[in-house]
Amino acid sequence: MHLVLFLIFAGFCLAGAVNLLLQTHPINSALSLIVVMSSLAVLYLLLGAEFLAIAQIIVYAGAVMVLFTFVVMLLNVGVEEKTHGSKIAKIIGFPAAVVVLGVIATVILEAQKSLGRVALDDGITTTQDLSRVLFRDMLLPFELTSVLILIAILGAVALARKEGHS
Amino acid sequence: MHVPNSWYLILSALLFTLGVFGFLIKRNLITVFMSIELMLNAVNLSFVTFAHEWHAVKGQIFVFFVMVVAAAEAAVGLAIIIAIFRARNTLNVDQIDLMKL
Amino acid sequence: MNLYLWLIPVLPFVGFLINGLLGRRLPKALVSTVALAFPLAAFGVVIRAAMLAWPGNGNFTLPYVENFAGSWINAGPLHVDFSFALDQLTLVMLLIITGVGFLIHVYSVGYMAHEEGYWRYFAYLNLFLFFMTVLVLAENYLLMFVGWEGVGLASYLLIGFYFDKKSAADAGKKAFVVNRIGDVGFLLGMFLLLSQFGSLSFGKIGDALALNSGQHGGMLTAIALCLVVGACGKSAQIPLYIWLPDAMEGPTPVSALIHAATMVTAGVYMIARTHGIFDRSPFALAVVAIIGAATAFFAATIGLVQTDIKRVLAYSTISQLGYMFLGCGVAAYSAAVFHLMTHAFFKALLFLAAGSVIHGLGGEQNMLKMGGLRKKLPITFWTMTAGVFAIAGFFPFAGFFSKDAILYEAFQHGTLGKGLYFVGLVTALLTSFYMFRLWYLTFFGESRAAARNSESTPHTSHSPHESPWIMLFPLVILALLSAAGGWIGIERFGNFLSPVVGPVIDPTLESGGKTLDITLSIVAVCVALLGWFLAHIFYGSKNKRAENLAASTPGVYSLLMHKYWIDEIYHNAIVQPLVLGSRYILGWIGEGAIIRGSAWLLAGITTLLGEFLRRWQSGNLRSYSAWLAAGAAVLLLAGLFLGSRVIPGFDPDPGQVLHMTLPAVR
Repeated sequence: MHLVLFLIFAGFCLAGAVNLLLQTHPINSALSLIVVMSSLAVLYLLLGAEFLAIAQIIVYAGAVMVLFTFVVMLLNVGVEEKTHGSKIAKIIGFPAAVVVLGVIATVILEAQKSLGRVALDDGITTTQDLSRVLFRDMLLPFELTSVLILIAILGAVALARKEGHS
Repeated sequence: MHVPNSWYLILSALLFTLGVFGFLIKRNLITVFMSIELMLNAVNLSFVTFAHEWHAVKGQIFVFFVMVVAAAEAAVGLAIIIAIFRARNTLNVDQIDLMKL
Repeated sequence: MNLYLWLIPVLPFVGFLINGLLGRRLPKALVSTVALAFPLAAFGVVIRAAMLAWPGNGNFTLPYVENFAGSWINAGPLHVDFSFALDQLTLVMLLIITGVGFLIHVYSVGYMAHEEGYWRYFAYLNLFLFFMTVLVLAENYLLMFVGWEGVGLASYLLIGFYFDKKSAADAGKKAFVVNRIGDVGFLLGMFLLLSQFGSLSFGKIGDALALNSGQHGGMLTAIALCLVVGACGKSAQIPLYIWLPDAMEGPTPVSALIHAATMVTAGVYMIARTHGIFDRSPFALAVVAIIGAATAFFAATIGLVQTDIKRVLAYSTISQLGYMFLGCGVAAYSAAVFHLMTHAFFKALLFLAAGSVIHGLGGEQNMLKMGGLRKKLPITFWTMTAGVFAIAGFFPFAGFFSKDAILYEAFQHGTLGKGLYFVGLVTALLTSFYMFRLWYLTFFGESRAAARNSESTPHTSHSPHESPWIMLFPLVILALLSAAGGWIGIERFGNFLSPVVGPVIDPTLESGGKTLDITLSIVAVCVALLGWFLAHIFYGSKNKRAENLAASTPGVYSLLMHKYWIDEIYHNAIVQPLVLGSRYILGWIGEGAIIRGSAWLLAGITTLLGEFLRRWQSGNLRSYSAWLAAGAAVLLLAGLFLGSRVIPGFDPDPGQVLHMTLPAVR
């Protein structure tokens, strides 16, 4: 059961990611990314992180991606133009990315034996456990993130404002 | 049926690499930005996997913080993209290569 | 008892220092006094040394060696000391140098009285005396070389005395450069001497030669020939004589002292000093003799048609030096040195008298514009006549005895010697001819002074006048020496020198020797008379015979007039290629390729590097991200293969990896 679920939703992830690359209109890419994020939420749930799964849906898929979609529609540049920007990107970038993948994959595969397994009946990390650590041990970082968000809001407003406003 | 942890990790690596590819290939600035978000998500997945392996809640806390920062970054980044669009009227990364307006 | 040999060079050197450093500000009288006092003092020391050390007095055994400053070079097998040595040969040379030198100093006080740089002239003249005395006093080749080079330097300074005249400056350079070419030979000779004998000291080399009495030819010939090259440079023999005629650009007393009496004889002195080696190498001796005879004849032919009075005397000097070389070449070293001494007397006299004529005419040197000076410059005329008779070889003047000795020795020296004797005889004819030609053109006939060019000296407005007594006094002394100097006779002179240069052949001991000697003498005098007669025909009275002869043989005349085109040949064959070659090497390769090239290279590399790196900063997001990915890939690969050395704490042991990378999370 677990395996089947994993395979389905991992497939959705990969399909969405590939589609993000292949689409020419940014709105299509945005929608594919939403698919990826939702599938990832399910995977989190399979790994026993219930709070994170919900947070992924609410924050990522529900807020961040919506923001992306708003901006795409607002600016509405349309389909990507085919410009020849950089040969280097293809000549050096692709092999580099492949190498990165290869190295990481090598390390992981060599370490397979020392890694464990996931099963459906492994314990779930409850929200209670999470909040206990978050609000007790990690209180300062938590408060700092709230300040961070405040700064982000101010920055976004300041940057996106039209000229001429006092 | 058990799924080995390594499969989740390999999925995370694949998603990360696809994010890098997108960063290299795509010409629309917003799509590039979306590839960055994809990379961040891939990393989140690997954090959660390790948190599960070692039963460490702190792994999930870290994912929480990553999400917060990603959200903040997305907000500010998109504001900058809007400002760039207003200045240059294009979102093609190949044409946005000068600091001078 | 000390002979104080070191004083002999040092005294003129002090004179040089005083006049050289302070002379500009001193009054002229003081400069003259300094300039005369020190050479006179040196002469005094020489006289004292001569009297004390004269063989037979029993005070000293000659050679008397005096180490005045210890050891100079002490490097491995090479030991050279600062040593002076006095023997008969050096004594003769010193008497000539300091004696005639002093007389010329006296003359110069009068001749240069109105010149700019009066102090400079006497400083250089004293410097010359210093170096020349060092040359003849030196006990080893290296110290002699110091003197050798030094007289070359003094000669350069004095030839180029009128340095703002381009021809004078060029002549000075030419003399110095040609001398340098000879010096290469001298240096090679010294190196070979060192390798053969292990020492440069005359004494030690002589001892080594005496030990090895069977050694002949081979290396010794090589040494001798190298030294001959040096001697040719200094003594103006073929092929390095070209500097001497040009050296007449210098003041006349300089020509008298340096280019007649002393410096040019340094080559002959050196060969006489090295006679031990030359005696063992018949080939080298033959070379010397042939060079000498050829030069004597060659220079005499050129002297036949020269119009500048000093040039005639210059070629005459080259020719007489050729006689001295001929003497050395037939191993008659005493005869050569005897001729050196008499030549010093009459050639200095001739030059000084010519200077007196030039001075009296206000700077005119062209004989074609002279004439009729017999009555106007009487003392000059009579002293010059003594000199002309001496050089022509008339009995009983000095030149007769010395030239005769050389010709006799040449005749006795086998077939080659007889051939060279005839060359010498013809040269004697030519010598007599051109000297009497000079005599007639200058002093006889009507004055051709109307065509005189009237610039340059302050005396132009005067009609020809006799020189002051300070100039005439040396002329008289030298005339007396030219007349009587030969009466010493070659036998006594040769016996005096024989401890140094080997035995002299006594004509009385040979079979028929005395008769032969007298016969050859009579032949020589007849030849001289013939020369006088011919000169009288052509130049004794006003006629066109000379011009007609010149016009009828235009080719020969032109060849002689242009000095056989030797200067032009040297210039085009040697000088021009060297100049062009060095211009090429220095200009294109040195200056161009190396200096400009390396500057260009440095700038070019920087520019190219900059242009290359500039492309990296393109502003293009995609290329930046590509390089980022590449960097990450490289780091990861390095980490995988090299482990902790690249990524701290990273060990590719798989079991370790994952535990190490997430310590904080635990």
